[in-house]
Amino acid sequence: MFYLPALLISGVPLKEKIVLRKLTTLTMLLWLPLTAQAFCGFYVAKADTSLYNQASQVVIVRKEDKTVLSLMNDYQGDLKDFALVIPVPQVLQQGQIHIGDAKLFEHLDNFSAPRLVEYHDQDPCQPMVAYAMAPGSDAMTKYKSDRIADRKGLGVTVEAEYTVGEYDIVILSAKESDGLETWLTSNGYKIPPGASVALEPYIKQGLKFFVAKVNLAEQSKTQLKFLRPLQFAFESPKFMLPIRLGMINAKGPQELIVYALTEKGRVEANNYQTIKLPSNLDIPVFVKNEFSDFYKAMFDVQVNKHKLSAVFTEYFWNMGWCDPCAAEPLAPAELKQLGVFWLSPEQFSGAGLPVQITRMHLRYTADSFPEDLMFQETGDTQNFQGRYVLRHPWQGKPEQCEAAQTYFKQLHERHVQEAKTLAELTGWDLANIRQKMDLKDQSSTQTQDKQWWKSLW
Amino acid sequence: MSLRALVHYDPRIWQLSIMGSLLCLGVVFRDFSLQPLQILLTFVAGILTQKFFLHTRQLHARGLLSALITCFGLCLLVRSSTLWVHPILASLAISSKFLLRIHNRHVFNPANLGVILGLTLFPETWVATGQWGSDLSTALWLIAGGFWVAGNAGRLDISAYFLLFYTTLFFAIRIGWYGYPLSVMLHQLQNGALLLFAFFMISDPMTIPLHPWARILHAFIVAVFAYVWQYGLYKNQSLIWALFFASLLVPLWNVLFTGPAYQWRSS
Repeated sequence: MFYLPALLISGVPLKEKIVLRKLTTLTMLLWLPLTAQAFCGFYVAKADTSLYNQASQVVIVRKEDKTVLSLMNDYQGDLKDFALVIPVPQVLQQGQIHIGDAKLFEHLDNFSAPRLVEYHDQDPCQPMVAYAMAPGSDAMTKYKSDRIADRKGLGVTVEAEYTVGEYDIVILSAKESDGLETWLTSNGYKIPPGASVALEPYIKQGLKFFVAKVNLAEQSKTQLKFLRPLQFAFESPKFMLPIRLGMINAKGPQELIVYALTEKGRVEANNYQTIKLPSNLDIPVFVKNEFSDFYKAMFDVQVNKHKLSAVFTEYFWNMGWCDPCAAEPLAPAELKQLGVFWLSPEQFSGAGLPVQITRMHLRYTADSFPEDLMFQETGDTQNFQGRYVLRHPWQGKPEQCEAAQTYFKQLHERHVQEAKTLAELTGWDLANIRQKMDLKDQSSTQTQDKQWWKSLW
Repeated sequence: MSLRALVHYDPRIWQLSIMGSLLCLGVVFRDFSLQPLQILLTFVAGILTQKFFLHTRQLHARGLLSALITCFGLCLLVRSSTLWVHPILASLAISSKFLLRIHNRHVFNPANLGVILGLTLFPETWVATGQWGSDLSTALWLIAGGFWVAGNAGRLDISAYFLLFYTTLFFAIRIGWYGYPLSVMLHQLQNGALLLFAFFMISDPMTIPLHPWARILHAFIVAVFAYVWQYGLYKNQSLIWALFFASLLVPLWNVLFTGPAYQWRSS
């Protein structure tokens, strides 16, 4: 790619190294305060246990009207209290519901995560450039992880009931939001206040409700400590994600990562501004050890700048390749499991793979995102990745050659710029940054500038 | 010449400056994903096409302001991964003014037709309806208000009727019947695309009905079509498509409801 010129000297690539570091959702989550859940549905607690969910990840696979939705949450509460309500466009048959593999989310996360790349400046006295790439080390992301009777007269109908994996699933249709609220309450769910108001628009538009609880017996058979992702396949002309219900019992800003897998182009929000995060910037090398802090601070700055009302694109690429790769692209078999139904089994992976991935990240509140998220697949095919660059200085001395003197002068200017960039991106104190970088103050640079004639003859 | 006199001379000058400043704001502050070369090529192609038709048809040098407005409209609305889509659309849009004519009036608003052609003919082309953040939308409201006060295009009634019909439909169905909170409505009204459409596209005096009653009818059809397109059929770019289809009926309205032809004052 454009930033990796692979020039050869006598056919042998120099052993320069780029080390990759990627930021997984986990590393971000570690720094997030415990907040209430964020999801496209809302959790309804059956007891007074506080339920927490730090961030949600959703994979939307879509071509024409066919959609496969996979939901992964980081549910931390007692499993017996877990319940999820999601509006769905139709009564789903059992075959349309599936238990996904959390590892696929992990792989997708690693593949598309914002990345830190590292370069070493070449010896200015031997002006030849060569870069080679080292495979990135995979950071590990770990995910933690009653039968309902109908009551007549509430206008609530149990359209279907299944046990799929560790989930007991009921699909409900309702005529009135009050009836649905009463039904859920009388079946032992503790509905957050305001639920019926939020449920009403979905009922009026004829949507059904997918209600899932954990079947503890089935869950113990899985011998997993976390809940596996739920997937469902359906057809709907609406390309959207219902996020409003998830905000009813939210106690603060919610964090959501949406991976959209489509055939042709980048996906963006239709009813909110979609912005690419600042990327491909040189930042000081000390950030290597605080990349999570850096990314979190930068994201905070961007989110606040846009008053929590924008959707941020973190990655858009063809699913068949990457450059540099933070993780190997997902194999066609993995993509198929995520719901990419248009891939044929003999499809080879590679640049021409008819699958594009868009990773969107949003932090939102009920006020800043008053409507559910509506998406469109654009015709945009230009790759984008969150990429931050560290450049290690050459370790020689200015006396070694004339070019080295120029190099060190430029190096200083570069460091000044890196410090500025970092301060602007993160809101960190510039003086602190300069101190950490061991940067000389401005006056010495100015003195050098005043003696501009020194390099003239 | 004072600003008022200038605007009175030709309201398109006011419109041009507003669209120009919006484009600058968008490119500089809003990540409009538009390359300077795309803008340049749009204008070069647009002006050359206009000149070409004026020359071959031996018309008086006129319509340059309208051509510039079309180019601004295309730059504000159309996004493409390639460089050549914008100039092609500008050429096609401006050519349509000379080639697609009924009763000696052009049928489509050129920018509207340009966007439709972009969406249908070129796969790497899209319209970023969400590109207007709320702060820029606020600015747009202020500007549009200014345009309203100062504007003397004489056809701004259609902007008001369209906004009235569209927001009434939205309010009645989505807020009143479905029960969405009022904030959803406010969020809709902040959409810069809606405002840009209402004030700078549907209000094009050359392509809307000549008679005031027919304009109300036209505004109503566009509003209903746009609502159904977006919220009944769940399709994108509802306003653009609504105006495109409704424009086909305008020649009929002009036969049924006759009115004086519109002339830009400076022409």
